[in-house]
Amino acid sequence: MERIIKERSTQVHTIGTSAHDLDCEKKSLAGSVSQRACVFCGSRVVLYPIADALHLIHGPIGCAAYTWDIRGALSSGPQLHRLSFSTDLRERDVVFGGEPKLYTALTELIEAYKPKAAFVYSTCIVGVIGDDVEAVCRRVSAEQKIDVLPVMAEGFKGTKKDGYKAACDALAKLVGTDNEFQAPPFSINILGDFNLAGELWMLKEYYEKIGINIITCLTGDGRINEIRQAHKASINVVQCSGSMMHLAKEMEEKYGIPFIKVSYFGIEDMADALYEAAGFFKNDEMLQKAKDLVSKEIRTLLPALTPFKEKLQGKKAAIYVGGAFKAISLVKALRLIGMKTVMVGSQTGNKDDYNLLKKLCDEGTIIVDDSNPNELSEFVKEKGVDLFIGGVKERPIAYKLGIGFCDHNHERKEALAGFEGMLNFANEVYASVTSPVWKFFKR
Amino acid sequence: MLLNHTTSKIVERKALTVNPAKTCQPIGAMYAALGIHGCLPHSHGSQGCCSYHRSTLTRHYKEPVMAATSSFTEGSSVFGGQANLLQAITNIFTIYEPDIIAVHSTCLSETIGDDLGQIVSKAASDGKIPEGKHVIQAPTPSYVGSHVTGYANMLEGIVKYFAKKSDSLKNQLNILSGWVEPSDMRELKRILKLMKVKNVLLPDTSDVLDSPMNGKFEMYPKGGTTIPEMVSMGDSLHTLALGEWATEKAAINLDNQCKVKFSIQDLPIGIQATDRFIQSLAKLGSVSVPESINDERGRLIDVITDMHQYLYGKRVALWGDPDQLIPLAEFLVDMDMKPVYIVSGTPGKTFEKRMEKILSKSVPEAKYKNGANADMLLMHQWIKENPVDLLIGNTYGKYISRDEKIPFVRMGFPIIDRVGHSYFPTLGYMGGLRILEKILSVLMDQQDATCPEESFELVM
Repeated sequence: MERIIKERSTQVHTIGTSAHDLDCEKKSLAGSVSQRACVFCGSRVVLYPIADALHLIHGPIGCAAYTWDIRGALSSGPQLHRLSFSTDLRERDVVFGGEPKLYTALTELIEAYKPKAAFVYSTCIVGVIGDDVEAVCRRVSAEQKIDVLPVMAEGFKGTKKDGYKAACDALAKLVGTDNEFQAPPFSINILGDFNLAGELWMLKEYYEKIGINIITCLTGDGRINEIRQAHKASINVVQCSGSMMHLAKEMEEKYGIPFIKVSYFGIEDMADALYEAAGFFKNDEMLQKAKDLVSKEIRTLLPALTPFKEKLQGKKAAIYVGGAFKAISLVKALRLIGMKTVMVGSQTGNKDDYNLLKKLCDEGTIIVDDSNPNELSEFVKEKGVDLFIGGVKERPIAYKLGIGFCDHNHERKEALAGFEGMLNFANEVYASVTSPVWKFFKR
Repeated sequence: MLLNHTTSKIVERKALTVNPAKTCQPIGAMYAALGIHGCLPHSHGSQGCCSYHRSTLTRHYKEPVMAATSSFTEGSSVFGGQANLLQAITNIFTIYEPDIIAVHSTCLSETIGDDLGQIVSKAASDGKIPEGKHVIQAPTPSYVGSHVTGYANMLEGIVKYFAKKSDSLKNQLNILSGWVEPSDMRELKRILKLMKVKNVLLPDTSDVLDSPMNGKFEMYPKGGTTIPEMVSMGDSLHTLALGEWATEKAAINLDNQCKVKFSIQDLPIGIQATDRFIQSLAKLGSVSVPESINDERGRLIDVITDMHQYLYGKRVALWGDPDQLIPLAEFLVDMDMKPVYIVSGTPGKTFEKRMEKILSKSVPEAKYKNGANADMLLMHQWIKENPVDLLIGNTYGKYISRDEKIPFVRMGFPIIDRVGHSYFPTLGYMGGLRILEKILSVLMDQQDATCPEESFELVM
């Protein structure tokens, strides 16, 4: 087996030795065992955490079944988002059209569950049989007097990234629909945190401590009515830029709300996120509070990290995640606990992200775009990696190779953001890398 | 309360599935194809399908699951996916080097009218399939049937391609296995060995999706039915197909194509279904039943006798796939339990007939439904109307279990929150013993945890 598919050679870059730039934002090669997903997947993961909305998936049953409650995006109130609703299209609907079924399903659901709004996801087949999903949504919206938002997410229309855009388009229709609301001073929105393992609640506490009010988080612990008020914020703070940049840009154009890109992973990035927000408001008191908060947190955090760092010093890590911006934070966070990143890649990173990674990482580090299990396993063996950071499909591969693993995707069970999250991260990495089970086989 | 929306009032739903008790065809095709050796499943559709199936199978088995995709684009959905599949075949044989590519379709490729058979023939005539390598295919439109249908279609595709009739009859049986765990396939092989019945088991996911940790990532683990074995199925004495929904098509195909007669039986779950299986093996293989197997049966019955007072009259709700639910309901009745509610999202007319036969006398109050709207919401509404003592089904029952505080045994697909299913079978007498042990454990744990102090018992 070859190490890299020939056509993919430009999507792999070794810092210091590769002559070419890293190629990215390319379509996956037909026949590759890609770790990527589809447009529908992208829109579904972004909108999923909105807990008081109805999420109806218009298509055959699979798309609904596979996305039923798989994202640990926590809600402090309603849990409607954790149910699975599908029009369950059958052969007859494919032949005669699925619009009547969609109309009936939507009406039945809204009457039964009384949601604050409804999202209707159109899947591959809907695009092909030509259902006018938008028209059905308009009709039900007028009849039921709630927002029914079509999410045009036909799987084949691109990658997960295009799904993020479809989700942003749907969100943009909600933003700005509540003009009564008066925002308190120093109000922000967080874009691109999904409250996995309750991370948003930690971040909220930090912001509140320094005097910043969060109007809404898109979409972690999301509520429809808060999203309607989002245009009253002074600034948008964008964490997962891959998913939310479209909305940030649109809100800047439409409402003049500027945005900053932040990351909440690792001490440096978390602290910078707070300083930048305080800096934006040009408020000395706030900045001082942020500094106090950071130094207080660091005072307890650094000593707590020391024992982990001692054990992990010099160990090597490989990162393969959805978006490359997160990978940047992870490289820094790993450094903080003494670990070196020797391979880093993402499903959907862009040029800017990869250039940043190139600057950040050491010589010899492999950077890879849209990889597959074979490549990943080859790189990991080649580099003698001790830890792999990835998602559900990478976990068993890492374990089979006998290396530690940390889920930095939907299936994380511990909050990894913020200062507290850094400690959880260190603990999780430490536990996996030093597990006694590894002594039972030879690598 | 995660399911606080559910009421006991059952509203007729016309167009809606809430919390499904099924999923779509392609994942079944992928699972079946993983049970043949050296095979890379291939999903002819959008990337997301393949990614979802791999993720779901990985969550269930905690194993790497490999499959490729045609990576449809907007262009392919307009002009057809032929170019994608042809390129994929070339790429896969060059890079991943499987012996077999097992292509299944998706709702998208079916709807735009891609003909897998024609595309694969073109690949062959264009010389894109190297000597000694194989491309098999099965149509799996997601809007027909369920995941079980996809499994059945891929099994049919496999035998259609490989099974050949030669001049010499082989002294062996074909055993077509329904959708069961690697542990169950392993158990079937153990029983067949004890019975001294020569056989070909298709598919066989043991040593594929339960592979040991050895510091290596194997794209094609050592398990799976081999090509010579599959070819030889055309010369077998008889086909024993276990599970009507999953195996009937393949059995019929073997008969039509190679004149191998077949009989269809239930998956050997519980006493009677295992009895029928063992008897068939004895008859078709012209062997006698060894004492060790009779002893296993005896042990299972012994434990039922010992613990009957804890089983008697307990009301049970079950959901999953018909092939499992039918013998499981029969087993529960044999243990003096009452399977009162049964749902399966998988359609098929014989489901009701079989259930009626099993339940009409002993559990006349039983409600069962399969196909459209037979989902977990309906199940929950029935339970709200009149509760049960025990739940048996896949992971998706955990919401009901928690909300209604009902003990819960996990069985079926998918199980994404517990382990064990890959390693401990539920087939055969020993599998029956495991089901029984699990049932007793959850029932008795519940009793211990909730009974008043004065009736808390040390000896049970």
